[in-house]
Amino acid sequence: MDPMETIRQTFFQECEEQLNETETGLLALEIGEADSETVNAVFRAVHSIKGGAGAFKYERLVRFAHVFETALDGLRNGRLEASPSAMKTMLRSADLLADLVREARGDAAVDDARLEALRDELGRLAEEPGEPATQAADSFGFQPLTLSLGDLAPETPPSQGWRIVFRPAPDLYRRGNEPARILRELAELGDMRVTCDASALPLLDAFDPGGAYLAWSIDLTSAAPREKVEDAFDFVIDDCELRVAPLAPAPDAEAANADGLEFTPLSIDLPMIDAPTAPQAAASPPPTERKVETVRAEATVSQTIRVDLERVDRLANLVGELVINQAMLSQSIVEAALPRASKAFDDLTALEQLTREIQEGIMAIRAQPVKPLFQRMTRIVREVADATGKMVRLKTEGEATEVDRTVFEKLADPLTHLIRNAVDHGLETPDERAAAGKPEHGEVRLTAAHRSGRIVIDVSDDGKGIDRARVKAKAVEKDLIAADAQLSNTEIDNLLFLPGFSTAAAVSDISGRGVGMDVVKSSIQSLGGRISVSSRPGLGSTFSLSLPLTLAVLDGMVVKVAEQTLVAPLTTIVETLRPKARDVHRLGVDQRVLADRGVFVPLIDVGIEMGFRTTPADPLSGVVIIVEGDGGARCALMVDSILDQRQVVIKSLETNYQQVQGVAAATILGDGRVALILDIDAFVAVTHSQPPLAAVS
Amino acid sequence: MSMTILTVDDSRTMRDMLNLALSEAGYRVVHAIDGEHGLEVLRAEKPDIVITDINMPRLDGYGFIEAVRDDPGFRNLPILVLTTENAPDKKERARKAGATGWIVKPFNAEKLVSVVRRVAA
Repeated sequence: MDPMETIRQTFFQECEEQLNETETGLLALEIGEADSETVNAVFRAVHSIKGGAGAFKYERLVRFAHVFETALDGLRNGRLEASPSAMKTMLRSADLLADLVREARGDAAVDDARLEALRDELGRLAEEPGEPATQAADSFGFQPLTLSLGDLAPETPPSQGWRIVFRPAPDLYRRGNEPARILRELAELGDMRVTCDASALPLLDAFDPGGAYLAWSIDLTSAAPREKVEDAFDFVIDDCELRVAPLAPAPDAEAANADGLEFTPLSIDLPMIDAPTAPQAAASPPPTERKVETVRAEATVSQTIRVDLERVDRLANLVGELVINQAMLSQSIVEAALPRASKAFDDLTALEQLTREIQEGIMAIRAQPVKPLFQRMTRIVREVADATGKMVRLKTEGEATEVDRTVFEKLADPLTHLIRNAVDHGLETPDERAAAGKPEHGEVRLTAAHRSGRIVIDVSDDGKGIDRARVKAKAVEKDLIAADAQLSNTEIDNLLFLPGFSTAAAVSDISGRGVGMDVVKSSIQSLGGRISVSSRPGLGSTFSLSLPLTLAVLDGMVVKVAEQTLVAPLTTIVETLRPKARDVHRLGVDQRVLADRGVFVPLIDVGIEMGFRTTPADPLSGVVIIVEGDGGARCALMVDSILDQRQVVIKSLETNYQQVQGVAAATILGDGRVALILDIDAFVAVTHSQPPLAAVS
Repeated sequence: MSMTILTVDDSRTMRDMLNLALSEAGYRVVHAIDGEHGLEVLRAEKPDIVITDINMPRLDGYGFIEAVRDDPGFRNLPILVLTTENAPDKKERARKAGATGWIVKPFNAEKLVSVVRRVAA
């Protein structure tokens, strides 16, 4: 790829980071939880965006970033107060800046009116109190010009060239400038004769190595304009005496030449110029020490590397294959009927350990914290709040929780939708809230956590809760349920996820973007996740997403049911046991419950549930696995026997076949056969609609 | 041996751009991500020229330049400052800290290299 194109990609990546930084900082400022470094960080972020944008000539982005930066500078040096209204403008500016970055990247263009309105608003913000900024700039602005002002007159065409008298001050050397280099640059403009005036040079005992004793007189024969000549002195103009006068015109030329001949031509006294440099060499440490330092410096530089995602994915796939292969190997070793003490078993165990570590390592590479995703949501909340006139605070928790990259990317849309819903449908207007005795500011909470091998993300609001009467009426009206259907609260809440359901009386601008909760549900499901809702009237609703940590491998218990091999995810298993006759109770015609540790749990014959057999097996002949679903509900799964406990590679059933109720995915076993992975929550859900189970007294 | 240039900038984009332009011109480029880090790399690498940004976390450009000038070993090291606009006050502050010259962003490779050559031995 063109190197500039690569840098452009870097720029956009970096912009995302800086935009996040900006937003985080501004939010902290808004609630008064900021220190001086926060403002600096925000300023730097916007400044960096401006710098990069300038390099790529994104003019609109540069101009807006500049105005924004000026306002932030006001905030930084205390000229501007972080009032609520000012912070609101700043936050909206951050949003606009983000949009301009996207525009630069080729996404939707930013509306001109919006850009100008905000630019004016920021401009007014920056100017408000007394505008000392321009004054400061002015007082500095004049200073560097003083020297050249006197010589401004010669607008005459450069006849022969220029006579330059150049007398450096000590500061010139102190700032690392070097007359020899300036002379060299001048030499590029034309023929040059240089005379060194060493008359100020003291005797050695009075010599100050940091002093400046030499001056030069330069006759430059060149057609270059004055600016070009002065440009060579640009960096030192305040650290020297400089006179630039036109070289005497033609008639005097000979005289000038004659003059020049009297001097020794171009004798730059090198040892003399080098003199101040001497201590530097002396201060250099010995080479060995230097080497050690180099190594250390490199260690700090290469803290991160960036790797093409495809390579990581390839690696992840390969490890998946490795796990399968290892299973096959272990099968072969078993079949080879080696003696128990054979070293092959030890080696195999070591290999399993290694494979697991490699796999965890790759997962860690692919994992990324949900923080950026959560940060994006703060903006959504703000936009929806602005559009609906609601007052909302977003609280986030568990931002450091890591999810697999694939999951991360696919979470953005469902989360956005849930957040929009929470503000638009969940929360009340400030008036309604006040009337209900709640604080005017509604609260939306977004939390992430690892829970038993899964990621759980909750979106909750403290709004009015689901209006179940209305939901039910709507479902009846839309012919989704029968008018006389008797539904539990949970069942009514779950109507929200049905295709074709939309509660808003008028499809609002915000939530009604053609995406219903059914789409959210199916996109979560496609990630191997589940969504559930709970709600309390007047207190709010919570949408809970539960997602697998990884999409590639899981620890499973391999079981046998009616000659079929199945896998139960280890994370869902609470315990396994052989039931005793006194613990198994009949419930109704064909249902049974198992008393386990004082609680009745539904007993499910997996063979019948999966359709492997029609006659129920004797519960006492098999093994029971107690599993727990996401909601904490348990059930007892009856299987014939437990074969093994091992890592299995997840192969999606949907991509290879179709979704099957009760089956989460499939895997390939060591002997090359396909085994189905059970969807424990589906099993728990089967029993969920049963009458509640009473605890044994 | 080619000259070594230390670039100090908290922006990856800017570091990459400097790196591209300078290495194409034949310089060896080492990076640092802020002033503090810049001082570490400076002592380890002993660069011939330093190019530094002003706005950086931990230690900004002014502080970095002052620290470099405080070290007798680097008193004459050419230090160029990156500034976004032709802001006289910034240049003045950088000069006071001990900067040799400045580069106004946005720069193109040609302009950058010519400024580097201006201060390079």
